[in-house]
Amino acid sequence: MSSTPIPTPTVDPASGSTKAVVTGRSRKDPQNRDKSKPHVLVTILMGVIAVAWLIPLVGLLVTSFRSRADVDATGWWTALLNPFAQDWTFENFASAWDAIDAGTTFWNSVAVTVPATVLPILVAAMAAYAFSFLQFRGKEIYFGIVLGLMIVPVQLAIIPILQLFVWIGNNTGVQIIGEYPAAYIVHSTFALPLAIYILRNYMQTLPVSLIEAARVDGASHFQIFWRLIVPMSVPALASFAIFQFLWVWNDFLVAYIFIQSGPNAVMTQGLYTLMGQFGQGWQRVAAGSFITLVVPLVIFFALQRFFVRGLTAGSVK
Amino acid sequence: MAILSAIISVIIGLGISLVIFWALNWLVERTSDRWKSRLLPYVFLAPVIVLIAIFLLYPAIRTFIDSFLQQSQRRGEGPTFVGLDNYIDLFTDPGFLGILLNNVLWVIVVPTGAVIAGLLVAILTDRLGKRRETTFKAMIFLPMAISGVAAAVTWRFIYFYAPPGNPQIYSLNAIWTAVTGQDPVPWLTIDAARLNSFLIMFIVIWLQTGFAMVLLSAAIKGVPEETLEAARLDGCSERRTFFHVIVPQIRGTILAVFITILIVVMKLFDIVYAMTGGQYNTSVLAVEFYTQLFSFQNPGKAAAVVMVLMVAITPIIIYQVRSYKAQEELR
Repeated sequence: MSSTPIPTPTVDPASGSTKAVVTGRSRKDPQNRDKSKPHVLVTILMGVIAVAWLIPLVGLLVTSFRSRADVDATGWWTALLNPFAQDWTFENFASAWDAIDAGTTFWNSVAVTVPATVLPILVAAMAAYAFSFLQFRGKEIYFGIVLGLMIVPVQLAIIPILQLFVWIGNNTGVQIIGEYPAAYIVHSTFALPLAIYILRNYMQTLPVSLIEAARVDGASHFQIFWRLIVPMSVPALASFAIFQFLWVWNDFLVAYIFIQSGPNAVMTQGLYTLMGQFGQGWQRVAAGSFITLVVPLVIFFALQRFFVRGLTAGSVK
Repeated sequence: MAILSAIISVIIGLGISLVIFWALNWLVERTSDRWKSRLLPYVFLAPVIVLIAIFLLYPAIRTFIDSFLQQSQRRGEGPTFVGLDNYIDLFTDPGFLGILLNNVLWVIVVPTGAVIAGLLVAILTDRLGKRRETTFKAMIFLPMAISGVAAAVTWRFIYFYAPPGNPQIYSLNAIWTAVTGQDPVPWLTIDAARLNSFLIMFIVIWLQTGFAMVLLSAAIKGVPEETLEAARLDGCSERRTFFHVIVPQIRGTILAVFITILIVVMKLFDIVYAMTGGQYNTSVLAVEFYTQLFSFQNPGKAAAVVMVLMVAITPIIIYQVRSYKAQEELR
């Protein structure tokens, strides 16, 4: 990590957990290399912190398996203290599934998230190629603009984009608001600056001689981009893709404004609606939360290393 | 079958953009060499320029203009220019000044809290074996993967209020009534000393600590062993080593993490909105924007709120660009 506030993307495994191997070093007592002893206290302390960190989610998880009568009568912790006096049930998940309309909202989330991930990557990779390997006037200025736009909040654009979509709807009859593209175009555009930044930084580490050699062999820039640069940039592309996917999947604001409730509502919208119905019991809201959390948690556990890496690279967002 | 048509439209969209790109490239490759090198960069940049111009730059300028307009109440009538009225309205409204105060508290408390908690976890896990380190880190990091709405659900179930006499099923009030023996408290409605805002801030610290931990942990591991050895040989205490040897060397990362979380906090909408809807004096700029736009149907004022947010963010933008330039010059 450099000493400047924009962390340079470290798209090598060294940024994450792999270095930990070296750091079995005991700083507490350099003479005593016996690791187990001084670590007991730290382990206990850290264990307590880590468990406490997850207690809010544990409470929700426990609640999602309890019956309504139990949830209304006692706190979730009594279910753990006295697990056999409880009615455990999967009923809540079925009922929450219907309330969220997960069979539909899940696919709606996919329909928004996948294009919102693929589109900016494709477009940003091309721009990053230009910034890395082509010469043109004002390159530095353009890149400075990209840097500045990275931080601009999406709220800045919401009103005019809404007006634009309404205008298009009135003049062409094509209603965009409420459809998937309304959300994924906004997501894509606001992801572009960060994507360009990350990919450009990565591409600059690729050897220029390779591109020059390909040019000599008569390859066009188009071919070089697709055959050479894109395959070589896969680590950076993947890191950004995972990060962007989760970010869009978990987004509420853009979906709430541009898709709203209705036939194309996404999962976070469904959960938000369900949350307002806690009068019908927390067990349902809790189960609903975990239904929406399946995809992020699977990605988290399956791709944790990449996720961490993407986060390290994308830390300006 | 909505999903099918969605996927098809995506494939068509991507296909069309590829065809356009390929055609442009084909044309450029066939022009004379002098023009080729001039045009080619713009071919590669064209999609970005189009998207950013239509959906980012134009809206930004438009929002700026909108902030000086007032929408007519009658349908079909255009907006009128009202000068600085929207801004004057905002800054003479005690409610809005309270929102600004909230925002100031948010951008101080949350990044600071997350950095301190992240540092603590990074230091503690650094002393453990690899297996334990990875496990504990994953546990701290896990909330990072969940959505703002899910986080709000999780913490509503902790902060909510059941009147006295009812079973105390919400954790915070269960602890409160058990420990103090007093009546349960409607925490989220108590704005004295901004208590409810601080409770919501805690949620975001909970979410962001994992992020701070990952970056800070990587930075701490990058601190050269020799400097630590030297400090030990000089007889530095553990604490002195940390504050005088480790912290100065990871200052850049600390700052980067702080700023990143600060930006997240400035844009934060979903958690505050899902927790209280901005009621009970918990609102922040991003929520106020939404309220003005949709609840009050006042786009001019909403635009003015965004411009205030932009003014607050501008110094960070300048700082980012400048520090990037400094970094480039070092290369």
